[in-house]
Amino acid sequence: MMQEDYLTVRLTVNGVAHRLGVEPRRLLVDALREDLGLTGTNVGCNQGVCGSCTVLVDGRSVRSCLMFAAQADGAEITTVEGLARDGEMHPLQAAFWEKGALQCGFCTPGFLMTGVELLRRNPEPGEGEIRDALAGNTCRCTGYEHIVEAVQQAARENSGEPIDTEGPPEVDIAAEVVRGEGS
Amino acid sequence: METQERRWVGKNLKRREDPALLTGKAQYTDDVSLPGMLHAAVLRSPHAHARIRSIDTSKAKELPGVYAVLTGEEATGYVGPVPCFAAEPVEERAIAVDKVRYAGEAVVAVAADSRYIAEDALELVEVEWEPLPPVGDMERAMEPDAPLVHENLDSNVVYDHTFVFGDVEGDFASADRVIRRRLRWPRATAAPMETSGAVCRYDAARGRMDVWSNTNMLNFVAWVISGTLQMPPHMVDFHPMYTGGSFGSKHVLGKQIAIAGALSKATGRPVKYMEDRADNLMANDSQAPDRIYDAELAVSEEGEFLSLRLHTIDDYGAYFMFAITGNTNMMAQITGPYTIPSCETGIKAVLTNKNQQTVFRGAGSDVGNWVIERLVDAASDELGIDGAELRRKNFIQPEQFPYKIPTGNVYDSGNYEAVLDLALEHADLDRWREEQAKARAEGRYIGMGLATAQQRSTYFSTEFWFHNPAPATGLTTSPESVRIGVGPTGGITVTMFSPFWGNSPETVVSQLVAEEFGVDPEEVSVAYDSTMHALPSAGPGGSRMTVMLSGAVRGAATKVRRKMVEISAHLLEANPDDLELRDGRVWVKGQPDEARSLSIADIGMKAYWHKLELPEGMEGGLEGSFTYDHPYASMPSDDRTDLGAFYPIMGHACHIPVVEVDIETGQVKFLEYVAVHDVGTVMNPRSLQGQIRGGIAQGIGIALYEEVRYGEDGQNLTASLDDYLVPGAPDVPNVEVHHHETPSPFTEYGVKGGGEGGRMVAPPAVTRAVEDALSPFGIKIDEMPMTMEKISTWVRGARG
Repeated sequence: MMQEDYLTVRLTVNGVAHRLGVEPRRLLVDALREDLGLTGTNVGCNQGVCGSCTVLVDGRSVRSCLMFAAQADGAEITTVEGLARDGEMHPLQAAFWEKGALQCGFCTPGFLMTGVELLRRNPEPGEGEIRDALAGNTCRCTGYEHIVEAVQQAARENSGEPIDTEGPPEVDIAAEVVRGEGS
Repeated sequence: METQERRWVGKNLKRREDPALLTGKAQYTDDVSLPGMLHAAVLRSPHAHARIRSIDTSKAKELPGVYAVLTGEEATGYVGPVPCFAAEPVEERAIAVDKVRYAGEAVVAVAADSRYIAEDALELVEVEWEPLPPVGDMERAMEPDAPLVHENLDSNVVYDHTFVFGDVEGDFASADRVIRRRLRWPRATAAPMETSGAVCRYDAARGRMDVWSNTNMLNFVAWVISGTLQMPPHMVDFHPMYTGGSFGSKHVLGKQIAIAGALSKATGRPVKYMEDRADNLMANDSQAPDRIYDAELAVSEEGEFLSLRLHTIDDYGAYFMFAITGNTNMMAQITGPYTIPSCETGIKAVLTNKNQQTVFRGAGSDVGNWVIERLVDAASDELGIDGAELRRKNFIQPEQFPYKIPTGNVYDSGNYEAVLDLALEHADLDRWREEQAKARAEGRYIGMGLATAQQRSTYFSTEFWFHNPAPATGLTTSPESVRIGVGPTGGITVTMFSPFWGNSPETVVSQLVAEEFGVDPEEVSVAYDSTMHALPSAGPGGSRMTVMLSGAVRGAATKVRRKMVEISAHLLEANPDDLELRDGRVWVKGQPDEARSLSIADIGMKAYWHKLELPEGMEGGLEGSFTYDHPYASMPSDDRTDLGAFYPIMGHACHIPVVEVDIETGQVKFLEYVAVHDVGTVMNPRSLQGQIRGGIAQGIGIALYEEVRYGEDGQNLTASLDDYLVPGAPDVPNVEVHHHETPSPFTEYGVKGGGEGGRMVAPPAVTRAVEDALSPFGIKIDEMPMTMEKISTWVRGARG
């Protein structure tokens, strides 16, 4: 059960390259939240059920509580902090705000990442397709209707084009975090 | 001095909380990280009922990275029992001492360099158990030979009392008919997406402790939690946190704070303890009413409701933190929107080997709504009177308000018929009856439900103790405060002392401040402050924040505006009565000359930096604070035949869902859902509609899916969100929401609370819709959740 060895993992998160020393068992969500300080991704269940911790790994939605950081070696990761550009909200974030698609906000980052993936894959989803795509994310506050409307609005505003295909902006910095013993 | 009428109250503004939440910048409790902070994990009991013979933690302590391992016994050196608001001697410890009373109760807590190491250490703890027979069934628990959950009590029936209000016997004797039902409301749980937790930092050198926790009553009950921490209350600083949903589950959090606090005291380091989801579902103390009702409604042949008699057995689980609060709460609206002259409610609260019951959105009034609406639907069937017309016949009429119900609570205002008519207008039941007939001919089953029910708001704290016989008394205050400061350049800051928990307090206070000062809400700065700097505030709960913040902001703004006028009158050499505040400037009435006016910034600058230009003797600065208390409340009578007004700000709603039931699979599909709510003056339609739709989703949850289940051996069978089913995006319909506005005469702006209504009204409406769909089989529904399995079993049973 003790993990003596640390692995070196290279992750590009929201355009920033990182080199991390992690225990093999370290979850991706803990690497993002604790090692890189990206606390926008929230842990709702740690059981892979609720979808709150959803991030994009090489463009695909992943529950970051179900993936080891080591498994993401070499991957490009986008978290909720990576959606806004130049201080402007991502169109889906803006639509969530406009439609009142959040209350406590805890599940919201997960819904945004799932929604972005959906709109890249399917720029004109119907209501049923949206609800099916969001079925793996649980929201306890909203009753989902306003979330569905927000996804529809973002799709409309993007006039049927795949949303946000180019991924996060390239940032010309590299950060390095090497974890020490006992952390 | 007056501002313009309602420029911002009622506006459909986007929430100002949202940008931080949408971009991942809001700080929840688990996001707190302090230098030197340790992480805690908790070993939980595998037994529902067992004595702890011995615990060996020596191996766990030897693990590198482990700082402290505390058994319950050892923790008593750092923390006392967790808060309990019951009169009965039911003691609870954050970490069990001597014996465990439910599966999942804390046995050992560890603080280590990481959560990973802390959990490793738990695996090295050795506990020697003496299993005891668990008692899980509430009726079994009442038997004299049942194993005792608490040996210091001589029975598991911890509370047993029947309240009689009015001439129940006489009214039943005069009835033509008594409608009877035995009803079963299931044990649910709040399960917010964020679990509960705390970061505690004990500073021995200064004798103080900082607490960052998602507790909601941090300010109201800080002194009680401080008692658990064995600290003087003024030496503990509770910091309000963004809260990822509560729905009643985060009122106190004494256990979570005590675990982090004890470990911080033991290690001298800051310690974070966050529940994981299994911790939350097994041991959060947010399980909800679990009741068997024997319910009777006395009626005349014409359909007049004469009296109500309810006897309930309620499974409170292993502890009794809030006493019978779920039962007292529903006494606020026990007779619903109807003119029922008398009622009786018998309550047997039973302790069992389960995680304890506290409150969940509706706090027991959700149950009351379901019970009375079930009886009304049954009366409709037995008397052959249409459900809507039977309700209409018994509604309290608009001119009867304020209306005192038999328990003594008062309803402030309402127009129930108008709400019903608006709902019927939008639901088009005639068309659905045709659809229903057509569908039945094709072997499909469509049903329509209708419920008209109350949504009480703005509790008064007599509710916490009036169930105890006189001379027992308790708190008689339910405050909420704000501080408003105007800076030297005119910027306005409003500070709250209660946390955000998923509602919209920042949006609401900025709307209110904008209204009071004639400025734009976006210009208002909103802040929270910790308990060491706070004014009395009870926090969110019982749908009170919009009402209470309206009063607090009005009070504080009035003080600030008074001083602004005094300064302006002095500077403009005008009579204060001739001045008005409009568009962010103080004007002489009837003089549109800007040179004869002052901006808020002009006044602020003088107040802060130009002492010699102020009226003689005036204190510098420009701020005001106000502690608003309940706008309409009264004491219970000594004989408790009149409980007083304790929940008088009364909302109302009518829900009409239409469903189709697949009789083979038991699946329920929504075809339409209309909801009309009256919560007085609507503060912000966007946020209110979110509350209503979200509440309805939770109401659908308990109607169709949600139930905390325990096995025969007392194991919690629903300790993951895979097993405790909450509705997902494909399960919840779009809801057509309409508002009717009957302002409260007792609150500022006429607002009422609307945070719980969706969940409080949906269960009876959905139950009736399913029952209506299944009516060709003669099925009467007396229980929830109406799972697919149950529905298909009922249909098979009815078909023989």
